[in-house]
Amino acid sequence: MSDVRQVLREANAEAVHRMLAAEPVLIDVVAAADAIPELGEGMILHAGPPISWERMCGPMRGAVAGIAVFEGWANDLDAAAALAAQGAFQFRPNHDFAAVGPMTGMTTASQPVVVVENQASGNRAFCTINEGLGKVMRFGGNDASVLTRLAWLRDVLGPALGTALRSSKGIELKSLVARGLTMGDEMHQRNVACSSLLLRSLAAALASTCGDRAILTRILSFIASNDQFFLNIAMAMGKAITDPVRDIKGASVVTAMSRNGTDFGIRVSGLGDEWFTAPVEMPDGLYFPGFSALDANPDMGDSTIVETIGLGGFAMAAAPAVAGFVGAGAPSDAAHITHTMREITLTENPEWTIPALDYQGVPTAIDIRRVVETGIAPMINTGIAHREPGVGQVGAGVVRAPLACFESALWALGKRLGVT
Amino acid sequence: MGVGKATGCDMSVVFNQVRTGVFLDSVVLMRISRELADLEGIEEAALMIGTPSNLAILERAGLLSELGRQAGGGDLVLAVRARDAATAEVAATEAERALERPSRTGSQAETWQPRTLRSACSVMTDANFALVSVPGDFAAAEARKALRLGLHVMIFSDNVPLEEEVALKREAAEAGLLVMGPDCGTVIIGGVPLAFANQVSRGDIGLIGASGTGIQEVSSLITRLGGGVSHALGVGGRDLSDAVGGSSTFAALKLLNNDPGTRHVVLISKPPSTAVAKSILTEVAASDKTFSICFIGAAPLSVPSNATLLRTLKAAAEHAVGTSINAVAKEWGDGSVLPGAGRSRIVGLFCGGTLAAEAQVVFIDEAVSVASNAPIPGVSQLVAASHHVLVDLGDDSYTRGRPHPMIDPTVREGELVRALGDPTVAVVLLDVVIGHGAHVNPASAIARVLCKASPDRPVVIASVTGTKRDPQDRDAQASILRDAGVLMAPTNADAARLALTCLSLID
Amino acid sequence: MSKTSELPPGQSPLRVKDTPVSLIQGSPRVINVGLSGFAEALAAQGVAVIQVDWSPPARGDADLATLLSKLSD
Repeated sequence: MSDVRQVLREANAEAVHRMLAAEPVLIDVVAAADAIPELGEGMILHAGPPISWERMCGPMRGAVAGIAVFEGWANDLDAAAALAAQGAFQFRPNHDFAAVGPMTGMTTASQPVVVVENQASGNRAFCTINEGLGKVMRFGGNDASVLTRLAWLRDVLGPALGTALRSSKGIELKSLVARGLTMGDEMHQRNVACSSLLLRSLAAALASTCGDRAILTRILSFIASNDQFFLNIAMAMGKAITDPVRDIKGASVVTAMSRNGTDFGIRVSGLGDEWFTAPVEMPDGLYFPGFSALDANPDMGDSTIVETIGLGGFAMAAAPAVAGFVGAGAPSDAAHITHTMREITLTENPEWTIPALDYQGVPTAIDIRRVVETGIAPMINTGIAHREPGVGQVGAGVVRAPLACFESALWALGKRLGVT
Repeated sequence: MGVGKATGCDMSVVFNQVRTGVFLDSVVLMRISRELADLEGIEEAALMIGTPSNLAILERAGLLSELGRQAGGGDLVLAVRARDAATAEVAATEAERALERPSRTGSQAETWQPRTLRSACSVMTDANFALVSVPGDFAAAEARKALRLGLHVMIFSDNVPLEEEVALKREAAEAGLLVMGPDCGTVIIGGVPLAFANQVSRGDIGLIGASGTGIQEVSSLITRLGGGVSHALGVGGRDLSDAVGGSSTFAALKLLNNDPGTRHVVLISKPPSTAVAKSILTEVAASDKTFSICFIGAAPLSVPSNATLLRTLKAAAEHAVGTSINAVAKEWGDGSVLPGAGRSRIVGLFCGGTLAAEAQVVFIDEAVSVASNAPIPGVSQLVAASHHVLVDLGDDSYTRGRPHPMIDPTVREGELVRALGDPTVAVVLLDVVIGHGAHVNPASAIARVLCKASPDRPVVIASVTGTKRDPQDRDAQASILRDAGVLMAPTNADAARLALTCLSLID
Repeated sequence: MSKTSELPPGQSPLRVKDTPVSLIQGSPRVINVGLSGFAEALAAQGVAVIQVDWSPPARGDADLATLLSKLSD
């Protein structure tokens, strides 16, 4: 066997090993600045690969303006936008700071973030707390109601969750997700089972550490009313699993997939922190009444980290209802989609199995070579935002990662390995 | 999707559409192309994948516009030449409809199909064999994947570069695997016909063939002679060249040597290179099996004592079984039907290359001069002024961009009509090859042409390569031809001999 | 040549080269890559066959296909 083939084989085997060996545990909620020391005045982390203000889509600009006001860096939204245009803020990807964020993905100093620790490798990853449905900052919402809710998360929910988590050994996430897969979740569009299991795990600790009954009531009903509460935790889990897979020389495994509403970017283990980007695609899906594809924002968010670890669109067979709702076709297509995703991954995860597929494990470790060879792009389940800031979610559907990202990454890997 | 127009000759319109991300196999595309070409006002139509070689074909056919020229290997090109723009639009609409037709129906629609050899292996974990029939540009890569997955490979595809064949067979030899092909149309394993093969009897005669129709004729004759076939292994037309060195032939010989179910081996090929012939015959000598060897058109050469050299496929089959075809053949044409005056030429129109070659051997052995587009040694290259001609319609020059005549009889129709209407032609000689993969009723297609021909026509002589148990039923096909006024011969070699007999009766 | 233990879990095992699978023992178990008519004919005879839903590698891009062949393992 040639040297290059040997290098690739061993590097990918190591990458797969690290992915499957992960032990993600939800251990805490802290202020973002405590988790990420670099987060200071004027620094705004966003979803997706690097992007400048000029190229940001409507919802992301709306979110930037809103978070700037929230942090006290501007008096109102217009002032915030002006400051942004002048270059007053530093925009960096969440991914560069062991963080992820859904949709607009705003992460700034004072926001509470969940902390997931990979206890097999020691690293931690962070994500803000899911605000709920409707008019929220992750869809570009930025009015008083949004900021008020963010303040409540910062001052009440975040700290309470943190206290509750610290009072225990934390919540082991792999087995929770495994259960969720048997209950109809795929952890991107469908998180209701995992959100319920999480609340069950937290309830006693919350009750015993939160002295104020009114606050406890509000916390419990906030979490209970948000079917997508677990999404952000699943995302932080994904980041905690993939971060140790970075930088394995010669590995062709994908360590990140992410979008900023304008560009879709991937990172590959053997290519370090380099982003390979292409324009995001438009989701294909079903719309809530009153909305249509004309209202849709281009694809956005770090939530594709869940597909990167074999969940979401890859685990579609576990959530057949989602297949029909998100416009992928009949529920019976869900199994086909998982089988198709298996074509582009190196392995299956034996700890995350799908009963409907005779307990086949979710397809894991996307290999850029297989994507390019087959022309099968990763399938992503996603929410669809309105392209005007602040309106919120208008639908759900599927979207593909652009093949161009994988092709350019392959050329780069070829160059790195000396075959071109 | 894009549309481009250019003006062809006269008033006709050239119209192209390019679809990305669509792939359908070449047989499906050709079927649709035929449907489109049959539309009123359509002069020519083709649906092809946009590989450089296909684009060259379309260009040569005057079917490409600037849009079509930019197509790539992952694109599907619709190219139409029509009477006018409106007719071209009709063709485009029809193409759309045909392409939207669900390719999977019934239970097939429910079953997931793997997209790669690799995932197919994980579904069928005990697979032992890959049958590759993708376009030639891609066949070697797929064959290589199959070998690395530990599978034997049959490469049906042609137009695989020679150096790829050499590299594949080298890798296969190291792995102890057999590459059958490229351009291998016929394999029979344990009685199972693969690709273009016949339903033959099982027995103790193994076949190794560099050609499809050679294997088809010999295996069918063995069956009709009361013998049976253990396995028939195709090795591809270039295997016995110096470049390839007989790699697959050696491997096949080894397989059959070690097969207790094989007593006797028939080896069929074009003449091998001298060096390769020598090493093959050394292998033969070392074997404890007996051999019938037919190197069609080769000069006589000495063979070991356990082998016999035969001139024709028919002789090889008879030698292998130990019976003559006369003992079992039911049909012999009525030799008293004479061609009319002024007719002196024999025109042979063959679907099977080896059958055309066998006919040439018969002519040579009777010292009759003949020409062919695929000449064996001693036969001249076909030119316009050639007298007797034996044409291989399956040759690359005829099949580029067109279906093989065994699949689509209309390809031969044009030539047949021309020959039937030619006052200088005394005899038209045809092979009719049936079996799996062949057209469902080639005899009727020929009968239809004969119906429309003038009664003052050449004598038509044919043989049917196949068996009674084939889907088309050899006996039924022979009846249809006989009823249509065709003189039937029991074998392809006999048909050639009968043609010469007919001709000699004119004088 | 790789054996099962070297491969990630769930990966289909490759054959060990020393003992190639037999071609002629028993009925052929066929993977068909290309013309679906061949698979249909085999299935009609009760032969074990699976059809690959094939499309050109790298969507027909010859340069990418060459690169892929150099990076395959």
